[in-house]
Amino acid sequence: MSDTDTIYKADALIAHDIDAYLDTHQHKSLLRFITCGSVDDGKSTLIGRLLYDSKMIFEDQLEALQADSKRVGTQGQEIDFALLVDGLAAEREQGITIDVAYRFFATEKRKFIVADCPGHEQYTRNMFTGASTADLAIMMIDARKGVLVQTRRHSYLCNLIGIKNIVLAVNKMDLVDYSQQVFDEIVADYTAFAHEIGIKSFTAMPISGFKGDNITTLSENTPWFTGQPLIEHLESVELDLTTDQTKPFRLPVQWVNRPNLDFRGFSGLISSGSVKPGDAVRVLPSGKTSTVTKIVTLDDQLDEAVAGQSVTICFADEVDCSRGNVIAVADAPPEVSDQFEATIVWMDDDPLHVGRAYWLKLGTQTVSVTVQQPKYTVNVNTMEHLAAKTLELNAIGVAELATDKPIVFEPYALSRTLGGFILIDKITNRTVGAGMLHFSLRRAQNVHWQATDIGREEHAGLKNQKARVLWFTGLSGSGKSTIANEVEKSLNLMNRHTFLLDGDNVRHGLNKDLGFTEADRIENIRRVGEVAKLMADAGLIVLTAFISPFRVERDMVRAMLPDAEFIEIFVDTPLEVAEARDVKGLYKKARAGALKNFTGIDSPYEPPLNPEIRVNTLEMTATEAAEYIVRQIMPLK
Amino acid sequence: MTRTLTHLERLEAEAIHIMREVVSELEKPVMLYSVGKDSAVMLHLARKAFYPSPPPFPLLHVDTTWKFQEMYKLRDRMAQESGMELLVYRNQEAMDRGVNPFDHGPLHTDMWKTEGLKQALDKYGFDVAFGGARRDEEKSRAKERIFSFRTATHGWDPKNQRPELWNLYNTRKAKSESIRVFPISNWTELDIWQYIHLNDIPIVPLYFSAKRPTYVHDGQLFMADDIERLEKVMGKRPEITERSIRFRTLGCFPLTGAVESDAKTLPEVIQEMLLTTTSERQGRVIDKDGGDASMEKKKQEGYF
Repeated sequence: MSDTDTIYKADALIAHDIDAYLDTHQHKSLLRFITCGSVDDGKSTLIGRLLYDSKMIFEDQLEALQADSKRVGTQGQEIDFALLVDGLAAEREQGITIDVAYRFFATEKRKFIVADCPGHEQYTRNMFTGASTADLAIMMIDARKGVLVQTRRHSYLCNLIGIKNIVLAVNKMDLVDYSQQVFDEIVADYTAFAHEIGIKSFTAMPISGFKGDNITTLSENTPWFTGQPLIEHLESVELDLTTDQTKPFRLPVQWVNRPNLDFRGFSGLISSGSVKPGDAVRVLPSGKTSTVTKIVTLDDQLDEAVAGQSVTICFADEVDCSRGNVIAVADAPPEVSDQFEATIVWMDDDPLHVGRAYWLKLGTQTVSVTVQQPKYTVNVNTMEHLAAKTLELNAIGVAELATDKPIVFEPYALSRTLGGFILIDKITNRTVGAGMLHFSLRRAQNVHWQATDIGREEHAGLKNQKARVLWFTGLSGSGKSTIANEVEKSLNLMNRHTFLLDGDNVRHGLNKDLGFTEADRIENIRRVGEVAKLMADAGLIVLTAFISPFRVERDMVRAMLPDAEFIEIFVDTPLEVAEARDVKGLYKKARAGALKNFTGIDSPYEPPLNPEIRVNTLEMTATEAAEYIVRQIMPLK
Repeated sequence: MTRTLTHLERLEAEAIHIMREVVSELEKPVMLYSVGKDSAVMLHLARKAFYPSPPPFPLLHVDTTWKFQEMYKLRDRMAQESGMELLVYRNQEAMDRGVNPFDHGPLHTDMWKTEGLKQALDKYGFDVAFGGARRDEEKSRAKERIFSFRTATHGWDPKNQRPELWNLYNTRKAKSESIRVFPISNWTELDIWQYIHLNDIPIVPLYFSAKRPTYVHDGQLFMADDIERLEKVMGKRPEITERSIRFRTLGCFPLTGAVESDAKTLPEVIQEMLLTTTSERQGRVIDKDGGDASMEKKKQEGYF
C-alpha cells in the first residue's frame, strides 16, 4: 500500500522536526466514531485496516497477528485484521464480537477513537454503549448481501441516539468486481429505508476493507466513484461538540468545591453554550439568579469556557446550589418537570416492571421513577408500532414516566446531557434501560398541588393520635388478616381511629380490574399505597393486610409517607406451615396448576430485610401476636 | 463564537468529569499510584479536577520492594506537593517468603501486585479505586468499561459488563462489591507524553536517557539498580556494563527491560516512541505468560 504514504507522511516530520510535529498534533481535534452492521460485514477488518494503514500496529503485534491469523484466522494464509480487535478470549474462540472495543489512531488532521460494535442482536446494549459517545457511524454493508435486517436495526438505533453523520460503507467491493450497478442499487435501497426512519442524509462510498480500496485514497478500481475516500471524509466532518457551543449555556453541577470559608465554586462539565465572568445565570430548579465572577482552573482563571470543558465557576452571591442543580443562562433556562414521554431501550434480561420504582440518572440528577405501560414498541425490522404490556431485553418502546420529584431537563433532540437518562434497578443495581426524553407531559405542568388549610397534623390532632400505616406482609395463609383484625380490635377499644384495608376486600372494588401477574400485583400495591397514604393524611391509623411479595413495592409505599409513619410488620410463617393450613384451599389449587402466579409456589416472595416488627406465628397465637404488635407501636400520640 | 476543542482538551475534560462523579457518588475512593508516567498524569488531573481543594482521596502505592530507587524518591515528593495522604502497602506474606522476580516468576506479580492490591483495598475498605490503565495498552483493556465492577473477591466478568451510555455512570453497587475506575481509558501513549510535555508534569528521570549500570538477562537489557540485592537473589554478581539507556515503561527493576537510547528531552523521547516499531508493553514480562488472554485472565483474578 504505497498510497498510505501520502496520508501518513507525518513520519518525515517526526524524524526531522519533532517540535513542529508535536505542535501539529497538539492542535488536532478528536472524532469519535463507531462501525456497525451485520455479522461478517467486515467491521473488525476495516478497523484493523485503519490501524494498519496508519501504522498503529507495531512489529511485535504484527508478528503475533501473523501467527494468530494462520492458527485461528478466517482469511486463509492472509492477515486476519479482525483478530486485532476481538480482544476477549470468548470472542477469539467464537470468532464474533461480544463487546465494544475502543481503538485509537491519528492522521495529520485528526485523532480518532473508534468503537467496534457487536453485530449480534443479543449484544445490542453493548452496541448502544459504543454509539452513545459517537459523532459518526460507519454503517457497513456487504456488497454481495445488500441492506440486511441488522443494517436497518443499527441505522435505526444510530438515528435514535442522535448520530448526525452516517457513512454507508459498501464493503467487499472486490468480491462483486467493483460493480457500479451493485453499489447504486444498494444506495437506492438504503436511501428509501433511511427516509422512512428519518435519517436526512448520509454519505455512501464503495470500499474494500480487506484490499484497502477507497480507504486512504481513491481507488483505481472504482473510477466511477467521485466522492472522498473514507479517511478524508472522517477528517473533515463537522463535530457535534462545536454545534453544542451555539446553544444556550448549561452546566449540570457535579460537585460543590469548598476548600475553606472564603471559596465556594461549582464544578461540572459544560454541556452546551459558553460562559464568561459577568454573565447572568440562573440556578435550576430553584430559579434563583446570580452573576458569574470567575472561572477557576489550576493553571489560571479563564476569560471564557465552552461546551465540552470541565470547569469550576464562582458566583457573586451566596445562592443555594448543589449537586444535581443546573446552572443556565438567566434568560433561557431549561424546563423543570416530573412527568415525561420518552423512548426507552430495555437492556436487562429481567423485563420492565410497569409501575415499579427504578432509579433514573439524568446528568447529575438521580431520582426515583416509575414507568407506565408502553404506548407501543417499535419493530425495528419493519418499523411497525406494536402494542406491548412491558419491555423485554433489547426492546425499544415509547412510554410515559413519572419522577418522584421535579428534574431539570431538555428534550433529547436539543441536549444529550439533559435529555438522555439511564434506568437502574434498585435491588440489583444493574443498568436496565436507557432513554431519551421527548417532552414533559402537560398534565404535570397544569396539575398543581392545591394547598389546603387543614393539614395532616390537624386531622390527626383532632383524633388525639398520630397517623400510622401498619403494613402487614407475608405469605398467603400466614395470618396477616387475622392478626390485623385483632390489632384493630384492640386499638378500637383504646378509642383509636383506625381502618383496615384487606387484600381480598380491595380486589372486590377498587382493584377488581387487576389480576395476579407481576405487573398487576405492582399496580395493586401502588393503589393500596396511595389509598393508605390518603387515609394517613386524614389522620387515621391504617392497617393493611396484603401479601405484597416484592420488596421494591413495599419500599415504594414507605417512601410515600413521612419518616417513622410506615411500620412494616412481617408475619413470618414458613411456606410449609402456611400451605398445611391452607385456609382458603388456594395452595391446593396452585399445586394442581389451577391457579397461576401464586406466591410461594410459582411466584416469588421477598421477605423484608429490616421490618420494624416481626411476628413468628409458630411461637405465638394470633392474639399474642396482636398484643405484641400493639405494645411495639405505643405510644400513639 | 465557537472554538473546536483539541483532542487533549476533550480527554482532560472527560477524565476530570469522571473523577468528580466518583467523589460525588461513592464513599471511599482511593487513587492507585505506581509512580509511572500514567500515574503522573492521573495525579495532575486529580489536582486540576478539585482545585483549589486538594484531591479528596489518598494515594495508594502497592509496593513490591523491587521498584527503582528513583521511583520511591519521586513518589514521596509528589505526595508532599499535592497535599495528599500517601499509603504504601506491601503484602506481608510476600515479604516473609522473600518473593522475588528471579526465583518466583509469575508468582512475583501475583503475590505482590494482584494479592497486595486486593489486601490493601480490603484493609482500608476502599469501595472504589482510580487506575491509570488505558485502552490502547492491551486487547482486553480495549474492551473494558470506564467504571469496571469487581465482585467481593475482586474478580472481573468481561461477558457481563454494564452498559455505559453517554457520560452517565451507574455507580451503584452492593456493599461487598468494588469499582475500578479508569479516567484515562481513552488516552493513547502519545497523548500521555504530550500532556506531560504541555503541562510540565514531573516524571521519574529514568524515562530519559543517561549512562546507567546495566546487565543482560535472558536476552533482555536491564538496569542494575541495586547490585548488592541482585547478587544476593541471583546467586552471582551479573556482569555490569555502563550504557546509555532509558525506559519506556517502569515497573520492578528486574522485570523492566531498558532500551538503548540517546533521548534526553521529552520531545526526543516522544520522537523515539513514534518512530519505534515495537509496542509499549513489550518491555514488561507480565503479558507474556499465559498466551493470548493473559491480561484478561489476570484481571479476572483481580489484577488491575
